[in-house]
Amino acid sequence: MDYSQFGSMIPELIVLGIFVLVFLFDTFSNENGKRILTPLTTILFGLGTIAIWIIPACGEEVFGGMYINDNATNAIKAILNIGVFIVFLQSAKWVESDEVAIRKGEFYELLLVTLFGMYLMVSARHFLLFIIGLESASLPLAALVAFNKKHYESHEAAIKYIMTAVFSSAILLVGLSFVYAFSGGSLYFQDIAYNIGGRPSGLLIIAIAFVIAGIGFKLSLVPFHLWTADVYQGAPTAITSYLSVVSKGAAAFAFFVIFVQCFGAVYSDVWEWMMYAVIIATITIGNLFAIRQKNMKRFMAFSSISQAGYIMLGAMAADGLGLASMMFYIFVYVVSNLGAFAVINTIEENSGKISMDDYNGLHKTNPWLSFAMTLAMFSLAGIPPFAGFFSKILIFTSVTGSNSWALYALVLIALINTIISLYYYLLVVKAMWISPEEPKIASFKTACVERWGLWLCVAGIIFFGLVPYIYQYCYDAVQSSLAYLTIF
Amino acid sequence: MDLSMLWYLVPSVIMLACGVYGFITRKNLIAILISLELMLNSADLNFVVFNRFLFPGSMDGMVFTLFAVAIAAAETAIAIAIIINIYRSIGNTDITEINKMKF
Repeated sequence: MDYSQFGSMIPELIVLGIFVLVFLFDTFSNENGKRILTPLTTILFGLGTIAIWIIPACGEEVFGGMYINDNATNAIKAILNIGVFIVFLQSAKWVESDEVAIRKGEFYELLLVTLFGMYLMVSARHFLLFIIGLESASLPLAALVAFNKKHYESHEAAIKYIMTAVFSSAILLVGLSFVYAFSGGSLYFQDIAYNIGGRPSGLLIIAIAFVIAGIGFKLSLVPFHLWTADVYQGAPTAITSYLSVVSKGAAAFAFFVIFVQCFGAVYSDVWEWMMYAVIIATITIGNLFAIRQKNMKRFMAFSSISQAGYIMLGAMAADGLGLASMMFYIFVYVVSNLGAFAVINTIEENSGKISMDDYNGLHKTNPWLSFAMTLAMFSLAGIPPFAGFFSKILIFTSVTGSNSWALYALVLIALINTIISLYYYLLVVKAMWISPEEPKIASFKTACVERWGLWLCVAGIIFFGLVPYIYQYCYDAVQSSLAYLTIF
Repeated sequence: MDLSMLWYLVPSVIMLACGVYGFITRKNLIAILISLELMLNSADLNFVVFNRFLFPGSMDGMVFTLFAVAIAAAETAIAIAIIINIYRSIGNTDITEINKMKF
């Protein structure tokens, strides 16, 4: 066996290295040493993020083509890394609280392991590696959801999460076993793509429907979204923000690779219409249910369901432009959603309030937090000139590229839904700035590290759309990887 | 004695259907976990059967099954840990009482 192959897995090795360091430090340090665990992990991870941005991908297939490290996977890993870095910043105060401080090492270790699983998931070009990545991304997350041991809601959320996660993996595995029957005895994406061409049989349609259902659970697409609101509400807020952006971004990218590279040959025959229906249902139902939510975390849960529908529009385009717009959308979604969650997290920590009614008149006591929340809501709704507007434009443009009337209709429905979403995002803004009631949340000072995380998000929201470098980066990464992402 | 592939696939589908039925109707968390295991085993059985009958020259399906069994074990371990937490906090494992968060 040629061990030098491991040298091409640079992002994985970086995250694994940080994990091992944190684990050893957590195990062998004394009480005084543990005090610097949080800054140590955050700084190490920040350096690792910079390293992944800087080190160019080698573009090699290793382990017989099971794993690939090209520019596109490298770019999505860098994006996920920034998301996790912001989550580390915004959870820095929470992990030092009395209840969690004794277990804070576990928090970082589990989070890094799930990130490692997501790396494998986006780099996999073989279903075995994909399943291992998917499971090592979703199983430690269940432990993280149950992290607030003293709170009953955390347990309830965890049991709901683990049961639906296992159910969806079972459905996914059954679907893959049917795909295997067509694959000619190999589970490589390329071999499967080569073997399933031509007129699809009934079994293949069932198999692809099962695979959509399995990955749709992870992405919380609509018929499979029922766990989302409960899990988001019960989980610790840091984990909720992680679940809603990082885990979703990784699953969306993996979904694109599987369905375009592996099932691309039966795109118009089989899964175009399945995804068409799923996307319309996802965007519409996510929006309609978000309107009646009063709890901010549940509100963000339904908002993230409808955002997942927009992200999936990139998969409908099924070409290089679609993937680039999808990555840009994920990047913008990471900063906008984490910005909103950073405000929710800070307010919950300092005042214990989580309902939308409590936000009434917030600008009188905490103007900067209201300002950040407003920008995040504008960006999520897609108001120019914030980043969310440009990401929506680009993803709509990529879908309409193929000039089919059905896809134009899909974009029209998505546009109408943008207007609905504007209504409920502005409800929050209205509560904070316009509502005449006396503020219920006293003025407080945000912890220093959390403020940095918030500033990062605000800077991203303002500049990502205006600075063309970011989209150019995604586009170049995808273009240089097209040779590896065959069948377009 | 030669059995055709159908003799293995039909039990596998029945196992899958029983698993889904049990997942939906059972009230006890442990029973739901058993139903989930049934579904996972049905997928494993599919892989082995397809490998044995369709592609006897390669071992991809068998190897995949080994990994899937290991993953199922890990899933069960975490689910049991969470169920124990639930039992400690509310005193039973009945899902009709795990309903504090809805709508």
